[in-house]
Amino acid sequence: MSNSFSGPLDDPAADAGWQESQPRKGFFTDTSVCIGCKACEVACKEWNGIPEDGLNMLGSSYDNTGALSASTWRHVAFIEQPARSVEPAVQAEPSRATVGLGMPAVGLPGDSMDPATATDFRWLMSSDVCKHCTHAACLDVCPTGALFRTEFGTVVVQDDICNGCGYCVPACPFGVIDRRMGDENTKNVGIAQKCTLCYDRLGAGDTPACAQACPTESIQFGDVEELRERAAARLATVQGQGAAGARLYGEDPGDGVGGSGAMFLLLDEPEVYGLPPDPVVTTKDLPEMWKKAALAAVGLLAGAAAAFLGGRP
Amino acid sequence: MDLRKTLLSWPVVRQVTGSDPLGRGTAAQSERTANWTARTQTADRVIQSICPYCAVGCGQRVYVKDEKVIQIEGDPDSPVSRGRLCPKGSASEQLVNSPGRQTAMLYRAPHSSSWQPLDLETATDMIADRVIEARRRHWQDTDEHGRPLRRTMGIASLGGATLDNEENYLIKKLFTALGAIQIENQARI
Amino acid sequence: MGASFGRGGATNFLQDLQHSDCIVIQGSNMAECHPVGFQWVMEAKARGAKVIHVDPRFTRTSAVADKHVPLRAGSDIAFLGGIINYILTNDKYFPEYVLAYTNASTILRDDFVDVDDLDGVFSGYDPETATYDTESWSYAGVEGMAAAGSRNPPAHAGGESEESQAARGAGHELGGHGAALAHGQVQTDTTLQDPRTVFQVLKRHYARYTPEMVQEVCGVAPEDLLEVCEAVTANSGRDRTTAWVYSVGWTHHTVGVQYIRGSAIIQLLLGNMGRPGGGIMALRGHASIQGSTDIPTLFNLLPGYLPMPKVGAHDDLDTYVDTICSPDQKGFWANARDYTVSLLKAYWGDAATPENDFAFDYLPKLTGDHGTYQSVMNMIADEVDGYFLLGQNPAVGSAHGKLQRLGMAHLKWLVVRDLNMIDSATFWKDSPEIETGELRTADIATEVFFFPAASHVEKGGTFTQTQRMLQWHRKAIEPPGDCRSDLHFFFQLGRKIRERLASSTDQRDRPILDLTWDYPVDEHGEPSAEAVLKEINGYHLSGAKAGQLLSSFNEMKSDGSTSGGCWIYTGVFADGVNQADRRKPGRDQSWVAPEWGWAWPANRRTLYNRASADADGKPWSEQKAFIWWDEEQATWTGHDVPDFPVDKAPSYRPERGTGGPAGLSGDDPFIMQADGKGWLYAPSGILDGPLPSHYEPHESPVANAFYSQQANPTRQVFRRSDNLSNPSGEEAGSQVYPYVFTTYRLTEHHTAGGMSRWLPYLSELQPEFFCEISPALAAERGLTHLGWATIVTARAAIEARVMVTERVVPLAVGGRTVHQVGLPYHWGVGEDAVVTGDSANDLFGVVLDPNVHIQESKVASCDIRPGRRPTGPALLEYVAEYRRRAGITVETGNVQRTPPTSHEHGLHPRES
Repeated sequence: MSNSFSGPLDDPAADAGWQESQPRKGFFTDTSVCIGCKACEVACKEWNGIPEDGLNMLGSSYDNTGALSASTWRHVAFIEQPARSVEPAVQAEPSRATVGLGMPAVGLPGDSMDPATATDFRWLMSSDVCKHCTHAACLDVCPTGALFRTEFGTVVVQDDICNGCGYCVPACPFGVIDRRMGDENTKNVGIAQKCTLCYDRLGAGDTPACAQACPTESIQFGDVEELRERAAARLATVQGQGAAGARLYGEDPGDGVGGSGAMFLLLDEPEVYGLPPDPVVTTKDLPEMWKKAALAAVGLLAGAAAAFLGGRP
Repeated sequence: MDLRKTLLSWPVVRQVTGSDPLGRGTAAQSERTANWTARTQTADRVIQSICPYCAVGCGQRVYVKDEKVIQIEGDPDSPVSRGRLCPKGSASEQLVNSPGRQTAMLYRAPHSSSWQPLDLETATDMIADRVIEARRRHWQDTDEHGRPLRRTMGIASLGGATLDNEENYLIKKLFTALGAIQIENQARI
Repeated sequence: MGASFGRGGATNFLQDLQHSDCIVIQGSNMAECHPVGFQWVMEAKARGAKVIHVDPRFTRTSAVADKHVPLRAGSDIAFLGGIINYILTNDKYFPEYVLAYTNASTILRDDFVDVDDLDGVFSGYDPETATYDTESWSYAGVEGMAAAGSRNPPAHAGGESEESQAARGAGHELGGHGAALAHGQVQTDTTLQDPRTVFQVLKRHYARYTPEMVQEVCGVAPEDLLEVCEAVTANSGRDRTTAWVYSVGWTHHTVGVQYIRGSAIIQLLLGNMGRPGGGIMALRGHASIQGSTDIPTLFNLLPGYLPMPKVGAHDDLDTYVDTICSPDQKGFWANARDYTVSLLKAYWGDAATPENDFAFDYLPKLTGDHGTYQSVMNMIADEVDGYFLLGQNPAVGSAHGKLQRLGMAHLKWLVVRDLNMIDSATFWKDSPEIETGELRTADIATEVFFFPAASHVEKGGTFTQTQRMLQWHRKAIEPPGDCRSDLHFFFQLGRKIRERLASSTDQRDRPILDLTWDYPVDEHGEPSAEAVLKEINGYHLSGAKAGQLLSSFNEMKSDGSTSGGCWIYTGVFADGVNQADRRKPGRDQSWVAPEWGWAWPANRRTLYNRASADADGKPWSEQKAFIWWDEEQATWTGHDVPDFPVDKAPSYRPERGTGGPAGLSGDDPFIMQADGKGWLYAPSGILDGPLPSHYEPHESPVANAFYSQQANPTRQVFRRSDNLSNPSGEEAGSQVYPYVFTTYRLTEHHTAGGMSRWLPYLSELQPEFFCEISPALAAERGLTHLGWATIVTARAAIEARVMVTERVVPLAVGGRTVHQVGLPYHWGVGEDAVVTGDSANDLFGVVLDPNVHIQESKVASCDIRPGRRPTGPALLEYVAEYRRRAGITVETGNVQRTPPTSHEHGLHPRES
C-alpha cells in the first residue's frame, strides 16, 4: 500500500484494482492559446445534461460562471492584468490576483491609465476543470463508494450510489466537487457532481466533449504520461518566446496530490487564476492516522492484557 | 437470482476478495456505471450537417435516436473545423430541443392583446390572400413617363442570411414574379 | 472587393491562413466572432507568423495577438493610408507583381482632380445631388461606364434626383464581377514615371498620410504604426505573404466600401493577392450570408450579381446586357447575356422565348433605393401593407430600433418565421414604445402571423460559408409540430397564389402564372431542395445533351438552349452529383481539400491564383508555389483549380481589340476585371471616390483633420424628424454628445439574440447588457463598476450595466482625449427570451454608405451618465432635452458637403 494515499504513484488505476490497466487519461490545458470562448463550458453541459447555473452578471471581466460547481464542470477564468515585472512574489494589489475566483472585481486596476502603456496589458484566460488527482481526497473520504477510480485513472461520481452526504466537498483541496442545488425537478439534485472526464465517451473511445470542442487546442486530451511530455515541451517553447512567468501546474507527480490528471500551462502564478499554489491531498495523513490508531489500539490491548495479566497474583 | 453471484457482487465482498482492498476502484463500481455507454454509441443514426450560426461553416455530426436529436458535436472530417465548435455551435442541440422553442402556429388579431392558435393551412391561405391584395393595392404599372415598372410596393421582406440557398432562390423567384422588389436580408445590415 | 479584384467574395479560404507569415486582423474580432476559423490563425502563429490586431478595443483576439494597436473607431482609412504611404515612400512594394498584375502603370485622364485640391471631394462632385459624375475618374482613352453599371445614363427625365437615385441603387452589384469598362485597351507607362499614372496619383494621394497625421486622426502612436508597416512589408514578397482579415467592423460605415479598398491597395502593392497565405479574408457573420448575396434576397440584385433592371436604363434585354457590360471588355463578365438568358429560362421556362426577349419584361424595374431602411420609412408612410421577417429580428438587429418598431405598427400584416418568439414578433405588446406610451397595444391594427420554422437539422439544403464554399447539410429529422422550412412555406404560398390567380387574364399576373413552380415533394409536402439546387445549377434544354445538368457556366448560351438560376453556382451539380454534399475527410486529401463541399466559381478555393506565379508562369518562390504553368503539358496546374483559362500560356497576347475571355492576356490574373488587372485605383464602379480618402463618421465629436469636408460627401442621409443626428466636429452642440461608441458581438451570443438569448446555456454566459468603458471615463462621469449607466443619442436613451475595464483605452486624438464606449448589441426587451435588456442598436440613426446602402452602425457619438434611464414618457422628455441642448434640427449633421470654415485645421489643403 505504499503511496496509495500520497506521493508519486505510477498507476492509480492499478492501485484501485484495475488489472487490465488502460493508460491513464487526462487533460493538458494550455492557457497560452485559450481565447476564452467558453465552448468547453457549453460542450460539457450539453453532453452531460447539466442544468443552467444562474443568470447573474458577475462583472469579473467576461466570466459570469464564477467557479467550478456541481453545475459547472468547466470554468473559464478571465484575468485582466496590467503588465508587471517578472519578479513574481510581490502582490502589490491582492485584489488583482483574486479576479479569477469569480468575485466581483471591485475597483478594477488602473484608475490612472496611461495610454502609452496600454498595449502591455494582458488578458489571461484559463479553462479550469477537476484535476482527477492521483490521490483524490474526495474519493478517499467517500463513505458510500459513490466516488471511484476508473480504469482510466480518473475519478468519477456514481449518481446511483451517492447519498449526498457531502463529505467529499470539504475534502477537495481545489474546491471542485459540490452538491447540486436546485428545486426537486433538478436532475441529480443534492448529489455530489463534478467532471467525469466524460467517462462514457472514454469508454466509447471518444474524446471528452470539452477537448473535442476547443477551437484552439487549448484543451488537449490524451495519456497523462504523454501529456506531461507535451506540457514540458510547450513550456520550453513559450518561455523561449519570452513568457518568463510561464509555468506548469499539476504535472508534477511529487506534488501534494501526487500529480494531477489535469495539468495546466499557466502564464502567471496559480493564485492569479484562482488556483491553490500548493494543494495537498487532505487525506494525506490517513495512513499515518491509521498507524497511530493501530498503535493506540495495540497499546490499549497491551494495557488491557497487562492489567488482566497483572491482575493475577 | 443466483445468490452466490449476488453475494459476490456486493462491494464489500469484492473489496475483501478482489484486487481493490481499499474499495476505491473496481470494487466500488456499480453495475449501472459498468454498463454506462456514450449515447452516441446507441444512436439510431448519425447525420453530417453544418453549423447554423456564423459563416465559418463548421461540420457537425447530428445523432438521432427515436427520431429525436440527442447530440450535436463537431465533425472531425471537416477540413475547415476539424471537429471543433464554438460555444454557439456546441449549443446547437439546445437550439433544436430547447423547451422555449416555438412549435405552434400563432396569430395575433388586429388590436388584440394576445396570441391565439391558428391552423397552419388556414394561416398560409390567409397570407396568400393578403399578398394578392397588397400586391394589387400598391401596384405600379408604369412610372410617370409611361415606362414599365411592373411592380408592387405593398410587400416587403427581410431575411435570408440564415436560410439555405435553395430557400433564398425560391423567395427571390416568387417575389420577383409577383413584382415585389423590397426584398432584403442581413447582408445589408 | 468587387471593384478592386472583380469579385466580392473572400479571396482565400480559412485553412490557407496557416501559411501566412503575418496576419493583420482589422475591423474584425475573429477570435470572438469566428472562434473555430481562428484556429488557423493560431496555427500560423505556432509556425511563427506575427499576428496583429488593429481595433478600438482590446478583445479576446487582441489577447492572443502578438500586437494590439488601438485606434479610434471610424479612423481606419487614415491608418491604412499611413501604411500605403510607408510602402510607397520607402519603395517597399513588390515591383514585378505591381507592374504585371495591377493597374499601376495605367494612365488617367488629365481632368481628374484629387481631394486635396478640392477641399475633400474628388472632381465631378455635384453638391445639389451629393453625387459624383465619375467621368473624370476614367482611364485616358477609355470612356467610363457610369458607376451604376450604366454606360449610357438615362436621359434627364425623372426629376432632378432620378439619376442619383438610380445611381444609389447600385449596391452589392460587384459581388461576382468587376465594374464595366468600354474596352480593356488602356494607355500605360511601364516606367511608372508619368505623373498621370495610377502609381503616381496614388503616391500623391497618400503623401499626406504621415505617421504624425495617423496619430492625429487615429490616436495611434508613430512607433505602433511603424511596427505594423515593418511587419507587413517584411512579411510580403516572393518568399513571404501577409493576409488581411476584416468583417463588419469595416462594412458598417458610411465609407465601408472604401475601408476594404484600402486593404486591397495594400495587398496589391505588396503582391499578396492570389497567393497562399495572402489575400483578404472577409469573415461573414451568418451561416449563409455569402449565399444570400450570391442568390440574393436583395432588392438590387438578381442571382449571380446580375443587377435588377432599372427603369429607363434597362427597358429591354439588349439595353440591359449592353449597359451592364461591354462585349469589348476583357474577361468572363463579357458573357453576361448568356447568364441573363439562362436565368430567365430557369424562372419562366417555355414562356421565355427569343421572340419575347426571354420574358425580360416580366422583371420588375427599380427606380432608386428600395433597401430595407427605405422600406421601413415607406411603412411609416403607410405605403407597405405586408412584411415578411425570415429568421431576422430588426426590432433589435437593425439600426434605429424605434423606427423599425414604429414601421411594423403601421403594417396591415406581419409574417414572422423564426425558431423562437423574437422581439420583432411581440413588438405590439412589449416593445419599448409600449412602455413610453408612444404605442398602445389596442391601437395597433397589425395582424401578426408567427410561423414556427424548421431548424437546420430538420431540412436539407446548402449554406454558402464565408469563403464561397457551398456545404450541403443533410436532413436528420422531421420538424416538430407546425415547424416548416422556408422552402416548404414559400413553395406552398406560391402554389396558393397561383391557384387564386389561375383564371386571371391580367397581364400583370403572367409572370406568376408562367413561373416554373413544380418541384417534387415528399410525403410531408416538403419540396425537394436538391431539385431546386439542380435548377440553380442549370440544364441543357435542347440539343444532344438536352435534360443534362450543366457542368460549367461556360456552357451557358444566350439562345435559350440552356437554363441556370445562378451562373456562378453552375457546376455545383456537375455530372449529376451534388458536389456541395461531398464529404471526403480533410485528413484524406490535400490541405486545400478540394473534395469537401464545392466553392464558386468552379470549385476554385483561392481566387486570382494565376497571380501566385510570376508573369512567366513560374512560382514566385518554392515555398509559396500554388498554381504554375506546366510548359510540357501546356496547362496551368498546382494545388488548386486554376482561376484562369487552363490552356492560356503566360506569354499569350490577344489581338488588340479582342473582348471577353479571349481578350485576357496570359498575365491578366483578375479575369473578371474589364482590363484583367487588380485595381489600385478604381476608375469605375464605386460611387464615392476612386481612392479611399479619410472622412469622419457621420457622427463624430472630432473634426476632419485632412480638409473641411467632415464626412463622406455622398453618404445617404434621411432628413426626417424621426431620424435626427447628433452634431459633429465643429457643428454647434457637438460636445453635448462628446463620446464615441461602437457596437459589437460577443462569442456567447448571436446577432440580435434570436438563436442565443432563448438558450439557457448561452444566456448564462453573458446574461446582461453592459457597456465597456475605461477607468478614466468612469472617473470623468462618476460611473461605477457593475453599476448602471444611461447612454444617450439624438434618437434614444438606453441603460446598461457598467463594466470598467482597462481593455478600453482613451485615445489622444486631435490634441484632446477621446473616450470610447463599447456596447454589445445582442439584447432586446422582448419578454419571451431567457435574458433581456435594452438594445444598443436603438441608439443609431439611419445613414448609409452610398455604394451598398449599409448603415453606419459601428460608430456614432453619445453621452453617458451614471444611473438608470427614466421610464415611461419621462424617457422621451429626457432624450428631447438633450436634443434641445444640442440645438438639433433635421438639418443637423445632414449637410453632405461641409461648408468651408475659417477654422484652422490640422493641415491645410495642398495648393493646387
